[in-house]
Amino acid sequence: MNAPAEPRLRHRKMDVKSGRVDLSHGSGGRAMAQLIAEIFHDAFANEYLDQGNDQATFPAPAGPGGRMVMTTDGYVVSPIFFPGGDIGSLAVHGTINDVAMGGARPVALSASFIIEEGFPLVDLQRIARSMGEAARDAGVPIVTGDTKVVERGKADGVFISTAGIGVVADGLELGGHLARPGDRIIVSGSIGDHGVAIMSSRENLTFDTAILSDSAALHRLTEVMIAAGGPSLKLMRDPTRGGLAATLNEVANQSGVGIRIEEDAIPIKAEVAAACEFLGLDPLNVANEGKLIAVVAREAADAIVAAMRAHPLGKDAAVIGEVIEDDQHFVQMTTAFGGGRIVDWLSGEQLPRIC
Amino acid sequence: MKYVDEYRDGKLARAIAETIRAEADPAKTYHFMEFCGGHTHAISRYGLEDLLPANVRMIHGPGCPVCVLPIGRIDEALELAKNRQVTLLTYADLMRVPGSKGRSLLKAKAEGCDIRMIYSTLDAIRIAEENPDREVVFFAIGFETTTPPTALAIKTAEKKGLTNFSIFCNHVLTPSAIRAILEAPATGKLPPVKIQGFIGPAHVSVVIGSKPYETFVEEFGQRIVVSGFEPLDVVQSVLMLVRQVNEGRAAVENQYIRAVVPDGNVAAQKLCDDVFDLRDRFEWRGLGYIENSALKLRDEYARFDAEKRFAVERIHASDNPACECGVILIGAKQPADCKLFGTVCTPETPMGSCMVSSEGACAAHWTYGRFRDKAKKQDERRRAS
Repeated sequence: MNAPAEPRLRHRKMDVKSGRVDLSHGSGGRAMAQLIAEIFHDAFANEYLDQGNDQATFPAPAGPGGRMVMTTDGYVVSPIFFPGGDIGSLAVHGTINDVAMGGARPVALSASFIIEEGFPLVDLQRIARSMGEAARDAGVPIVTGDTKVVERGKADGVFISTAGIGVVADGLELGGHLARPGDRIIVSGSIGDHGVAIMSSRENLTFDTAILSDSAALHRLTEVMIAAGGPSLKLMRDPTRGGLAATLNEVANQSGVGIRIEEDAIPIKAEVAAACEFLGLDPLNVANEGKLIAVVAREAADAIVAAMRAHPLGKDAAVIGEVIEDDQHFVQMTTAFGGGRIVDWLSGEQLPRIC
Repeated sequence: MKYVDEYRDGKLARAIAETIRAEADPAKTYHFMEFCGGHTHAISRYGLEDLLPANVRMIHGPGCPVCVLPIGRIDEALELAKNRQVTLLTYADLMRVPGSKGRSLLKAKAEGCDIRMIYSTLDAIRIAEENPDREVVFFAIGFETTTPPTALAIKTAEKKGLTNFSIFCNHVLTPSAIRAILEAPATGKLPPVKIQGFIGPAHVSVVIGSKPYETFVEEFGQRIVVSGFEPLDVVQSVLMLVRQVNEGRAAVENQYIRAVVPDGNVAAQKLCDDVFDLRDRFEWRGLGYIENSALKLRDEYARFDAEKRFAVERIHASDNPACECGVILIGAKQPADCKLFGTVCTPETPMGSCMVSSEGACAAHWTYGRFRDKAKKQDERRRAS
C-alpha cells in the first residue's frame, strides 16, 4: 500500500457513492493509487502507513519482554455486513485476539485485500472505515497493506488477509499443552452470539433476532487476566470456528488430559439458545469472536474470574469445569439432567464462512 | 424458551427417573425401542441412559431418514447431479452421506456439479422460478413429517406452471418399518430381537395420528407410547411403558397430547394422498427391501418425477460386509459391538448408515456416549473372569 501520501496531480475524487471497483484499481496505475489513498489511507491513517513505502518501519517495542509473537488470518465471512460488525472490524478483532491469546501485547497489524471486480466502492469504504475505527479503539495500528482486484466471479465481494505481531513478557509461558488435572476452565462470557448473528442475516435464512455478534478485541481483558493470574494462567484460546467444543477438544488432546464441564454453568443467552433450538444447532459448536476460554490453576480461579468480571468484556465470566485425568482425552459434560455425555468436535460443516 | 424449558426440567426428570427405578422390577429386564432418531438424539444428548436403572435398556431404532437411505439411491442422485442441466437441491445432512466408492454429494459439488443446500421446499420452488433455464431437482427424503411439505411443493409448482421442477422421491413410511421389525422373527429376514414396547414417533405422529399403531397391539401384543422429543417427554414415556409391562397391559398410549391426536393432521394426509402413491417395495439401508414402505408420485404428477423425467436407472450397491448396521438398527447388537465402530467408521468417514446422521444409533453413541465403553468393557471382562 505505497500510494504517495500527497498525490502530486490534482484530480477528481473517486465517485465513492455510486462507483465500483474495476480491474484498473488493481493494475498498479493511477486508479490504484487513488483507491489506496482515498479509501485505505483515509480510513487507517497512522504515521507508519503514511510513510508510503512497501513496508512499514517502526521502532522495536520497548519494555521488558524479549519475545515476539506473530499470527496470520484470512477473512471470508458471508454476509460481509452482519448484526454487530462487518468483515473489517472482524479482521482487526480476530487478528488482535490471536496475538493476545499468546499472552502478548499486540503491536501492529497488516491487511491485504482481494477484491472482486464490481464491488461497490461505498461498501469498501465502509469496511475500511470500520477497520480503521476498530484498530484505533484497540490502539493497534494497521501499518502496511496490499490490494488486489480479481475478475468478477473469482472471489465473493472482498476477502481480507491479515497478520499481527506482538510482544510477550519474559517469564509468561502459555500453551495448549499446559493443562493439568485439577485446573479450572473459565469462559469469559456468553457463547454462540457470533454464529447466530451471522446465521440470522444469511440470505436464505433470515430471521429476526436482537442478537449481535460479540466481535471484540480481547487484549485488554487478557492483560487483566495476566496481571491477576501470573503463572497460574496456563493457556488462553478464543473459541471461534467449531465453538467451545472444538477449543476444549484441542486443549484435551494437546495436553493429554480429559475435561469435564457442567452444562448449567455455561453462559448462553436465551435468544441464542432459542435460535440454536429451531436451527438444530448445538451452541457448543457455534462460533464466537469476542470470547475466550482460559485454563488456570485451581487456587487462582476465583481471583482471575473476579478480575475478569471487573472488565466489561468479562462481566459474565464463569468457571465452567475442570481438567481431569483421562487417557482417552474426552471432553465430557454433566448435562442439566445429571447424565453424562461427550462434547465432541463438530463433524463436517455446521455453517460455512463464519469468519 | 417458553414451551421448551418446561420439558427440560432436570429436577423433574430426576424425580420421574426415581419413580422408574422404584417401579421397575429388579427381577425383570425391560427392552424398549425408541423408533425415531429424534428420540435417540435426546437420550444421548441429555445423558438419559445414566438416569435409567440398568435393567431398563433403550434400543435405538431405524427412524432416521438419512440412515435408512440405501447407498444405491445416493449413487442415483449423483448420476442425476452429473447432468449439466440439473441443479440438485438437498437438505444439508444428505451432503456427506457416502455413496459407493466413497463418493458423496459434497465431493460431487466440489467437482463442479450444481448441488445446493436448502432449508425448505419453498426455497426449492423459488430457485426453480429464478432459474428457468435449469432443471431443478429436489432430493426429497424423510418420513411422514417431511412428506407434506414436498406434496405442497408439487402442488405449488403445478399452480405456478413450473416446467423445470421435479423431485427425486425417497419418502418412506414409519408403520411399515415397525412392522418389518416385528415380523422379523417370523420371516427370518432379520434376527429376532426382544422388544417389549416402543417409544412412538413425535412429529410423524402429529401427521399420521396415533391410530395407525393400534394394529401392532392387536397383531403383535406390542406396547406403544407416542412421545414428544424433549428429554422429559422421553423419561415420562419410559415410565408409561414400564407401567404397562408391570400391569401386563399392551396398548397405544399418547404422552405427546400437546401435539398428537388419534386421527393426526387430516388435511396433511389428504394433501399427501392427492400427490403420492405407494411403491410396491423399497430398499431400506440396514433392513433390506420392505413392501409398501415408501411413496412415489401419482401418475398425474409424473412430469414432476425426476426418476421418469431423467430415466434414472436403478443402482444397487451393497454395504461393507463387516458393517453391522442392520442388526444394530433393530437392537440385536449395540454400536460398540461392531468391529468397524470407531476404527474405520466414524462420523467423518462413515461406513454404515447408523454413523451417517447425528440421529443414527452409532453416530449418537460416538458423539455423546462412547466415554462409557471402556469402563463397560472392563466391567464385562471382570465379570467373565
